[in-house]
Amino acid sequence: MIELKINGQTRSVEADPATPLLWIVRERFGLLGTKFGCGISQCGACTVHLNGVPVRSCVTPLAAAEGGDVTTIEGIGGDGLSALQQAWIDEQVPQCGYCQSGQLMSATALLEANPNPTDDDIDKAMQGNICRCGTYPRIRRAIKRAANPGLARVQRFDREVTHG
Amino acid sequence: MGKWTRRGFVTAGVIAGGGFIVGVAIRPGNRTIELSSLVAADDEMLVNSWVKIGADNRVTAIIPHCEMGQGAHTSLTQMLADEMDADWALVSMMEAPAKAEYANYPLARGFLGGFDVPAVLSPTVNGIFLQATQVMNLQITGGSASVRATGVYGMRVAGAAAREMLLTAAADAWQVPKAELTARDSMIVHEASKRSEPYATFASAAGRLTPPAEPPRKRMEDFKFMGKSMPRFDIPAKVDGSARFGIDAEVPGMKYASIVRTPVFGGEIVSLDDRGARDMAGVRDVIDLGNAVAVIADGYWQAQQALAKVGIEWDTKGNDAATTETIFQQFGADLDSATEREAWQADRELGDVSTAFAEADQIIEAEYRVPYLAHAPMEPLNATAWVRDGICEVWTSCQNPLGFRAEIAAALDVDDETVIVHNAYLGGGFGRRAQGDYAVQAARLSAAAGMPVKLIWSREEDIRQDNYRPAVMSRFRAALDTTGRVLAWQNQYVDKHEPAEAPLIPYAIDNQLIRYTDSPTHVPFGPWRSVDHSQHGFFTESFADEVAVAAGQDGYRFRRDLLKDLPRERAVLDLAAEKSGWGASLPDGRGRGISLQYSFGTLVAQVVDVTVSDGDVRVDRVVCAVDPGFAVSPDALVAQMESGIIYGLTAALYGEIYIDNGAVAQSNFHDYQMLRMAESPAIETYIINSGAPWGGAGEPGTPGIAPALANAIFDATGTRIRRLPVKNYDLQFRIHEPEEVV
Ligand code: FES
Ligand code: FES
Repeated sequence: MIELKINGQTRSVEADPATPLLWIVRERFGLLGTKFGCGISQCGACTVHLNGVPVRSCVTPLAAAEGGDVTTIEGIGGDGLSALQQAWIDEQVPQCGYCQSGQLMSATALLEANPNPTDDDIDKAMQGNICRCGTYPRIRRAIKRAANPGLARVQRFDREVTHG
Repeated sequence: MGKWTRRGFVTAGVIAGGGFIVGVAIRPGNRTIELSSLVAADDEMLVNSWVKIGADNRVTAIIPHCEMGQGAHTSLTQMLADEMDADWALVSMMEAPAKAEYANYPLARGFLGGFDVPAVLSPTVNGIFLQATQVMNLQITGGSASVRATGVYGMRVAGAAAREMLLTAAADAWQVPKAELTARDSMIVHEASKRSEPYATFASAAGRLTPPAEPPRKRMEDFKFMGKSMPRFDIPAKVDGSARFGIDAEVPGMKYASIVRTPVFGGEIVSLDDRGARDMAGVRDVIDLGNAVAVIADGYWQAQQALAKVGIEWDTKGNDAATTETIFQQFGADLDSATEREAWQADRELGDVSTAFAEADQIIEAEYRVPYLAHAPMEPLNATAWVRDGICEVWTSCQNPLGFRAEIAAALDVDDETVIVHNAYLGGGFGRRAQGDYAVQAARLSAAAGMPVKLIWSREEDIRQDNYRPAVMSRFRAALDTTGRVLAWQNQYVDKHEPAEAPLIPYAIDNQLIRYTDSPTHVPFGPWRSVDHSQHGFFTESFADEVAVAAGQDGYRFRRDLLKDLPRERAVLDLAAEKSGWGASLPDGRGRGISLQYSFGTLVAQVVDVTVSDGDVRVDRVVCAVDPGFAVSPDALVAQMESGIIYGLTAALYGEIYIDNGAVAQSNFHDYQMLRMAESPAIETYIINSGAPWGGAGEPGTPGIAPALANAIFDATGTRIRRLPVKNYDLQFRIHEPEEVV
């Protein structure tokens, strides 16, 4: 039996300690928001927080999480949405959406460590997360929006259109 | 209930509880049991778009397209709600189940070329469509078809018909002239008597009326939701982890499967040693599918571990000598011999190319190549299947639920009707999820193992077992006179797929010869975002730049001069050039390139700015001008441009599937590289609503970006990129000076 905390709840699981945390989270705890994308720590779709630090759960053995505190996408909003999640909606970030749990977990860790990141900081923190749909420009804007709630709202819904 | 109009295109009926339903058919087909009450005879039309008005006054759009992030669910619902004058707060949508009556008929048309249908629902359309639809018989989301086909010909008509019928029913009920009534926000209002009632009040009566064959649709200036960026329905679930993709299917008692198919395409299993694997913890079964081996286990990781322990010997059917080089040698040889073999097929023959070349002052020649590419959608391919009690139920994410149903039924040798496909959100499609191989595997595994099975492909399997964007070789010649005027354009290439017009150029050149010869290989291929436009866009717009340089002109003015009679093309090109600051001089090491592409009904001009230093290319900025005819949801269009640009840049900079010993050399994101945040350029998109027939959004952003990039690299370095990807070049910036172009 291996015991760990997941989104604040203590859970225990009987499994090979070498099993990647990703599959424990998905198959044993039924938390399906965390995604499989590559299995080799290349894409970031599986990102969760282990003791507050973003990790790639596809290469993190269950043993490494024993006694630890794991947070998944299901655990970051509390009762509602986090500021980042709201910014993700305001900026209409997701397309297919498959990478977005991982993107949000990386961005959440970034803002916790650095509440006002520069473009460079964003590049570095988000470099491990691939988005095949190319939502990077919107992710960048959404992180800035969440970091600066006072920023003038981008008029996303009133785009300039020329009538030809 | 349900009377088809004489033309048989719009139908309506009363539904339980006092609501009503309106359907629009834009394809012929066979009637099915579910709709028999709505269809009068076997040869009548089936339904493509539906709207349901419930007794609670809620409007539901039933949409025959999947959602893969392109915003189709929302845009199509906007079109319907606008024509209906519905209250947006009361509007929702559902994706059509995989039944024949929702088949995506106009998709076929989208692939056949432009739309030239005079009256929206003209029956004459059908003859043209019929053959392609029979071939395709698919509920595909692809060809950027949702808005321009289903939306224009289906959703808008369904909404307009519903509105008309509700107005007629209300006029009857209140005994007032219909002209005195208005419909707004899901209410029928009679100003004179200050009466107003929700649509639902008249739903039953409306459902008994004969639907109008061609209900009047709104003019652009009356649009309320069309042209507005409505927040997408699917986004909230995609930020809190609750969105369910195919990979998230849960079926009681399901087990997990990992699979590996023969690495050399076309090969089969010679022998199998599964002794080590069967003893491993959690393993339920090891299954030989002939050309693939799967392990079924209690957990996916267990299945993967055990699969690695299975000893497999494959044969290669003689394909193990093929490499990317031998394939290009074959392409070159087939192009060399095509004249002698009389094996050319022409896309376009204009004027007299031979005479033009004979009279030329200057002849420019170039040979271009692009490699095979994998799609690599973010969600690995997967399907969960449960074959039991004479049915096969499949949960997956796909672009083509009906096609999948047919493929699975054929593989299991059962009736289509016994296969049920449940489609979830797609974690990317890009064309890969139009092909059902992975779902067929899942169904066969469940049938063999006698249990529900969730099959998940590893990323390695995804990269190595794709249906690839074809590698293509394309050769060009152009003739110039002494003044730099282009006399002739000749383009000869291997291997043609869809759409037919992809290699055609918009430029006014009197003598043109564009033709191809077939050169099949053992590498499986399939549609890849923008299909043949992705290769030919790069070829033609790069070579156009070479010709411009040879003529001593800049890329923008050169194109503009050759577009004299095409004001729509010119306007898009002008806007991109203006917004990019075209013409300003750039410091050494920086470069700027332009391209123009027309695909899937949408015109796109792009300007790319690059910085080249120490062999590295950095894409600084992309300016994109787009004319889709009309942008139903401007923000969704902008998002699709950003997406298409980044997808195309990834391919142009890094994308290469290399064939070695008959198999794919790459395996995962470490060697099949993706563009990431830090390399992602600033993208500015500008929209022109020209009023031309409405075009697509999902694909047109992709094909022009590679040539705009290559042209910018030429501007910065003097090196002409003729073989993608760019990463294979060692680029050094050069001081700007006139170039010899060979
Ligand atoms: S699945 Fe873990 S990084 Fe890709
Ligand atoms: S939104 Fe599709 S992969 Fe990121």
